[in-house]
Parts: sequence; C-alpha cells; structure tokens
Amino acid sequence: MRPLEPVSPGRKIALGISFFVLFFAGWGVATFGGFVPKIFLADPLTMITDGWKLLTQFGFLSDIGVTIWRVVGGFVLAALIAVPLGVLMGAYKPVEAFLEPFVSFARYLPASAFVPLLILWAGLGEAQKLLVIFIGSVFQIILMVAVVVGNTRRDLVEAAYTLGSGDGSVVRRVLIPMNAPEIAEILRLVLGWAWTYVIVAELIGSSSGIGHMIIDSQALMATGQIIFGIIVIGVIGLVSDYLFKLINARLFPWRLA
Amino acid sequence: MSKLIVENLTRVFPGVKGRAPVTALQPTTLTIGDNDFVTILGPSGCGKSTLLRMIAGLDRPTAGTIRLDGRIITGPGPDRGMVFQSYTLFPWLTVEQNIAFGLSEKGMPESQQKEIVAAYVDKVGLRGFEHHWPKQLSGGMQQRTAIARALANDPAILLLDEPFGALDNQTRALMQELLLGIWEREKKTVLFVTHDIEEAIFIASRCLVMSARPGRIKADVPIDLPHPRHYTLKTSPEFSDFKARLTEEIRAEAVLAATH
Ligand SMILES: Nc1ncnc2c1ncn2[C@@H]1O[C@H](COP(=O)(O)OP(=O)(O)OP(=O)(O)O)[C@@H](O)[C@H]1O
Ligand SMILES: [Mg+2]
Repeated sequence: MRPLEPVSPGRKIALGISFFVLFFAGWGVATFGGFVPKIFLADPLTMITDGWKLLTQFGFLSDIGVTIWRVVGGFVLAALIAVPLGVLMGAYKPVEAFLEPFVSFARYLPASAFVPLLILWAGLGEAQKLLVIFIGSVFQIILMVAVVVGNTRRDLVEAAYTLGSGDGSVVRRVLIPMNAPEIAEILRLVLGWAWTYVIVAELIGSSSGIGHMIIDSQALMATGQIIFGIIVIGVIGLVSDYLFKLINARLFPWRLA
Repeated sequence: MSKLIVENLTRVFPGVKGRAPVTALQPTTLTIGDNDFVTILGPSGCGKSTLLRMIAGLDRPTAGTIRLDGRIITGPGPDRGMVFQSYTLFPWLTVEQNIAFGLSEKGMPESQQKEIVAAYVDKVGLRGFEHHWPKQLSGGMQQRTAIARALANDPAILLLDEPFGALDNQTRALMQELLLGIWEREKKTVLFVTHDIEEAIFIASRCLVMSARPGRIKADVPIDLPHPRHYTLKTSPEFSDFKARLTEEIRAEAVLAATH
C-alpha cells in the first residue's frame, strides 16, 4: 500500500461492504455461538424478524417518519438562522467580536442537558423536540461558518475590489459563493450530530419516534428491536450523507473540475 | 499629459511585538503619462508590491498622495485594474464569467457584457475555453484570463504585479508579446512591476529602477526602442545596451538587498 494512492471505485465499494459482512459475521458468531447471553444481545436473525414485526405490526414506519421530520425541522430552522449569522460574523469583525464569545460558550452547552428545561418551557410536544435539535446545531453551525468565511483568500477579495465591487457585493459575490461548498459540508457534518440529539429528546417524555421505540423495547428486554432501531438510524444517516454529497457535487461542479 | 501623479508616497509598516517598524517605501514621487507603459524594476523586498497596492487602493500610505486624472485616491475602484502575481481568478466562475465580473458589477446589460467578453476572449487567445473553470486552465491561461478580466473593465490604468512571475520562460515570453500587442493596439496606461530585466525593457516605454529596501526610485530610463516590437528585438545591440545599463543599476541594489 502506497500512502495517499487512490483505490478504484469497484474496490472501494467491495472494501466498504466487506466491513459490514465481517461485522455481521462477528456478531453472528458471538450470539449464535452462545458467547453472549440472548438477554443482553439478540442475534442478527432475531433482530431482523423483530424489525420486520416492528415495521408491519407496530407501525414503526410512522415512528421513523416522525423522527426524520423532527431532525430535518430542527436542523433546517437552525441552518436558516445560523448560516446568515455565521457569514456576517466571518465577514464583519465587529459582529464577530460581539457574538463570538457567547457563541463559543453556548457551543459547549450539551443540548441533551436542556431536555428537562425545555420540557418545562415547551411541554412534551413537537416544539420541545425541535428546540433540542435547534440548540444542539445552531451554535456549531454559526461558529464553523464564521471560521470558514473569515479565512477566505484575501487576494480574491482584493481582486473583487479592484474590479469595482463594494463591501456588500464582496460578501454576496465572493465570500458566499467561494465558501458555499464548505458551508454545505458543515451542514452535512452537523446534520449527523443532530441525529444524536433527536434520539436523546425522544428517550424522555415522548410517545413517538425511534427513540421512544427504543426506550419502550428496553422495558420489554427486546434487544433485537433496540438494535434494529439503532441500525435504522445508521442507515438513514448513511443515505442522507450520500444524498448530501450527491447534491453538493451537483451544486458545485467547479470544485471537482 | 500625466495620468498618475504620486507625491512623497511613503509606507512604514508598524513593528510587531516591540520590533522596529519596517520602512517599505521611502518618500517616492513619480508621474506616469497618458498611454505610457512603465515598468518598475527592483530587487525582491524593495517595496514594489507595496507601491502598487497603494496605487490600487488596497493599502493605505503612511504619508503622501496619489492622484489619478486629478482625483485623489482613497480606496480601490474599477478605474485601476489589477493583475496579481498569485492566481486570483474566482474558482466558481468560468473564464467567461470571470471576465464579465467587473462588467456586471457596473450593472451593464447582459448582451453588452457578452460582446465585450467575447472580444477579450479573442484578444487573449482563449477561444474554446470560455466555459472552463480556472482549475482546468494552465498558469499562463489563468493569467491571460486575469488580464482580460482587468482590461474588460476599461480601467484608466492597468496595474500588474509580476503577473508572469510564476510562468516558465517560454510562456512568459509569449505573454509579454501578447500584452505588448494589446498595448500597441489599444494604448492603455500600464504600470508593470517585475524583477526580470529583459521583461522590464522589452515591454516598456519607460523603466523605473528601485533601490533595495527601503525602496525609492533611483533611475528613470526611457526605453526608446521602436514599436511594434518583435521578440527578435531581444537579441539586438540596442536591447543589449539597455540590458547592460539596467543590470549595472540593479546589481548594486541586489547586492545590498542580499547582504541586508
Ligand atoms: N503587511 C506587511 N507588514 C509588515 N511588513 C510588510 C508587509 N508587507 C510588506 N512588508 C515589508 O515591506 C517590504 C517590501 O515588501 P514588498 O512586498 O512591497 O516587496 P516587493 O518589492 O514586492 O518584493 P518581491 O519582489 O519579493 O515581491 C518587505 O521588506 C516586507 O517585509
Ligand atoms: Mg511583490
């Protein structure tokens, strides 16, 4: 193996899949071989049959739908507010000086610790779930976008000025388009984190969603269902990540050219 | 008629962390006539870029004034086009869109923009590459696009800061001829910074030699070689005379700069 040498697309897919095969094989050996008691860890087959029952008999699909809507809802709200703020912070240093200390502080507040407080404030409804995800995402996005925008190549900005751009125009026509791919990448990353917040929000005081199913299954010791739920989250994450990458490649062809 | 008048222009960079301030440019006075092609020749670090950046309005002078067509310069503007040493095409725009950047900034109608862009694409020999992204171009093509982008704006003066510095010798020679050809046809006012003696002579109607840091202008040499110029000029005896003279002027400074 040479450092940094790329692999062919076919081999890349094969290698990626083979990890999953090994993973399931190891899991199978541990459970079918009797190395781990069934009570703690269901075997892959039980997991699949449990999952099938969940989907067909217990309406798990609507749980999945609810969770996706919560993540996307909270995340879109956060992005709508955070991206413009981050751009402003990166572009205008006084705005940065004003907001940066607070945002840096708020970024370290764990979103999950807000769950009890938000239940007090917003009750057990959807608003509370969205708020958890919003709080977990918004500060991260603001800060990362601000850093990226603040690091824009100065010579490109100067070139724009010598071509007649004004201050607002530099933001609109240079800072934003130049950093758009990076901003999209930040959103992809933070969306991944938003998934952890939603599950935490659903574990407490919720009557629907993947997290609610997981906590219900724990009461029933149905480890097969729990694992199925976790795997569903993973698969959704994988798919959304892939979609994000696909859209980015479409939107920003100049990066790949 | 003088186009650009620079009076006692000085730039001192404040010292960081208690270090002594750096004088990049000593009080410098110079005038550039209308349609002149002036090269500024000087050793590395003598303040060439600093001078050019202040004229472009990208850097503030410590003292002194710059006047373009009688107006004092306080900041950057489209009347002073600039081509940088580094590649500064906007990577998200195609060649065509890059050249049109300043035009759309002026609010010019699309159809008119298209016409001007097409004309400059031809002038810099990039037909067939209009829809390429900067990443897909060679260094020489990128700088040609940058020149077209600056010229399309029809600036009162074109400022170039070692635009061919990163190119190989052959490409550099071709670029010199291209720029010279455009100037001979369109008569722009050009201020061109370089540390290459041959380049400074070949394209210029006048060459200013700068001293080692802190920079000042130590010689003002009119290059009265006939136009249009052909690359064979570089092997002529007159050219060699200029070269010998400027080499002498610059050598003393380079030695100074190296021992500083
Ligand atoms: N932003 C800055 N802060 C402090 N000192 C600076 C700054 N910019 C330039 N200088 C100093 O001013 C002097 C002149 O710099 P300048 O870039 O104008 O040189 P130059 O003639 O363009 O050199 P080169 O041919 O290598 O590009 C240098 O000694 C440099 O260290
Ligand atoms: Mg320089």
